[in-house]
Amino acid sequence: MLKVIKSLTSFVAMVAVLFVFTTETMAAKKSKTLKNTQKKGFVRCGVSQGLPGFSNADASGNWTGVDVDVCRAVAAAVLGDANKVKFTPLSAKERFTALTSGEIDILSRNTTWTLSRDADIGLTFVGVNFYDGQGFMVRKSSGITSTSQFKSGISACTNIGTTTELNMRDFFNSKGISYEPVAFEKADEVVAAYDAGRCDTYTTDKSGLAAQRTKLSNPDDHIVLPETISKEPLGPVVRQGDSVWEDIVRWSLNVMIEAEEYGITSGNADSMKTSENPAIKRLVGAEGELGAAFGLDNDWSLRIIKQVGNYGESYKRNIADTGILPDRGPNQLWTKGGILYVPPAR
Amino acid sequence: MNIKVRKIIPQLITVLVVVLIFGFFTFNAQINMDNRGIEFGFGFLSQESSFDVQFSLIDYDGSHSYARAYLVGLLNTLLVAFIGIIISTILGVIIGIARLSPNYLIERSAAFYVEFFRNIPLLLQIFFWYFAALRALPLPQDTEPMFGVFFLTIKGLFVPRFVWENLDILFYSILAAVISIIVIKNYARKLQEKEGKQLPVLYISIGLLIILPLLTFLIGGVSLNFEIPVIKQLSAGSYIYEGGLGIPPELIALTLALALYTATFIAECVRAGIQGISKGQKEAAASIGLTPNQVLKLVIMPQALRIIIPPTTNQYLNLTKNSSLAAAIAYPDLVLVFAGTALMQTGRAIEIVSITMLTYLSISLSISVLMNWYNKKIAIKEK
Repeated sequence: MLKVIKSLTSFVAMVAVLFVFTTETMAAKKSKTLKNTQKKGFVRCGVSQGLPGFSNADASGNWTGVDVDVCRAVAAAVLGDANKVKFTPLSAKERFTALTSGEIDILSRNTTWTLSRDADIGLTFVGVNFYDGQGFMVRKSSGITSTSQFKSGISACTNIGTTTELNMRDFFNSKGISYEPVAFEKADEVVAAYDAGRCDTYTTDKSGLAAQRTKLSNPDDHIVLPETISKEPLGPVVRQGDSVWEDIVRWSLNVMIEAEEYGITSGNADSMKTSENPAIKRLVGAEGELGAAFGLDNDWSLRIIKQVGNYGESYKRNIADTGILPDRGPNQLWTKGGILYVPPAR
Repeated sequence: MNIKVRKIIPQLITVLVVVLIFGFFTFNAQINMDNRGIEFGFGFLSQESSFDVQFSLIDYDGSHSYARAYLVGLLNTLLVAFIGIIISTILGVIIGIARLSPNYLIERSAAFYVEFFRNIPLLLQIFFWYFAALRALPLPQDTEPMFGVFFLTIKGLFVPRFVWENLDILFYSILAAVISIIVIKNYARKLQEKEGKQLPVLYISIGLLIILPLLTFLIGGVSLNFEIPVIKQLSAGSYIYEGGLGIPPELIALTLALALYTATFIAECVRAGIQGISKGQKEAAASIGLTPNQVLKLVIMPQALRIIIPPTTNQYLNLTKNSSLAAAIAYPDLVLVFAGTALMQTGRAIEIVSITMLTYLSISLSISVLMNWYNKKIAIKEK
């Protein structure tokens, strides 16, 4: 009899616990993500498993890259310290599940903004931090200098779970070329297989090709072909359903780009407080109440610029100075012939 | 409260708790998905997949549906499992018997093989075979043909393709041969029971299996031609073989790694089975005048198999499930094609992962049912 009562009580307790949990998830909150982040004391950021220039960890585990800098900017804005970020390396396949399931709060992992991703699977793209396009890399010894020299039977190494797989099909189909797709789960295996000669060409975003080329045994034996076969706007992604968090990430990125436009750098940000230009004064927190809308203080943008730098500094530090893509191409400000154009921060 | 009720109540509660836990997870997932505007459903399966797959047993390209992509992945998984099981069984039996050899060298090499291959993680072995092969194999233009028609290159093994004419007639002739073998076997058994005479059934069967199909070549209009792969230049420094049948290096490396790894476990099962039969059985069989062959076939093996089959079934299941490591080396199996690319392109994580899990469960259960049926068939039948 005692046993029965015991098991009955534990059962009731179980039901009660389940009930509490369920009501907890049902209660909608305004910015749960911001609240959680401030409670935890770090920003949870999903990055690549190693793409030099974008998100790459050095021997001591320090992450650098333009994608990494977006997360650092958010950490500087909401926590006051750009180093308070926990990076989670993700494969292309895992990235969206990690974000929608709540394992990470920002996905900043050279991810292409497409309609179906934005609309269909519970994600929201907040902007573009790198304009890219898919290209091909081949061996110099193959004598190929243009994609028009591709012939049926060519084998192409790439990653699974990327827009690359889809673009590649569109490209080869439109040219009437039959091809052998060899798709790996991790980028390192793609590089190793291509390097060994398994494939005639390696295809992914051109920035990725330039970065992965540095990992080949003889980078000088390979060239990236001039053609670009797709539009690949890469940018940070957040979960759908938390518009305040979405705005914070969007404007952290925008502030970096606008800071470059107005010539504010990590070095001169403090002295810009006395500038004549109200747009500059707003960016460094000397005028207006921009942070209030997100529930942040007024120095949030100043901290981003001081701790992470503006977009140009980030690009130079991570991509240009490392020799990956010295030429900024379309990723130049609109005022200087590029297509980087962000809405005004006011 | 009587004993019956007391017995039932804890079980009822357990069931309720299990149902509630499942219900809670489903409910929770539903709410979270609603919050993020994700809809649950299997409608995506009929959408166009728009990605290509390297290697497929059925006609497939990106214009087919996701359901067809699933089938492509499933068949590729089954192919690896099937070839892997056959090779590992043959290898396992040979090595298992070798481990019992009185010859010191053979016994030691078999023991070394088992200890070496079963103690290295399988994923490492797969990487080793794949990248070692890629490093060691020549480019298509540098390949020396084996027997003039096989070309082993870094881009795969290219073999001649069979081009049959009137294949159906050949098929019927084999069917006819099999039926007549069964009839002859039955007749031979009756003859032995009635008169004690033994017919050389094995030789007759082999003869039938060769002669009947051969006749169809001579008078049935069946013919076989070979399409030999030829080298084709893609550009100044790159070549590929065309025509014939190309077996991708990913398939070869994966099958090899799985077979070599699983064979070690099967070898141990075989050794256990044979050592499990007491020496007296062998001696008793010999003493009633059976030849060594008959001793193995009629006395030792039927008993040993009873010990060998159940653990070997486990190994077959392991091999099938381990084949999902294919994703690491780009072999387009179920996990890579469906739980990989298709999952990514559609974002339907819950649906696709459940389908994949159910599929592996069904494959494993089918193998299990088949092996249990065989095990029952050879088990001791008490009269």
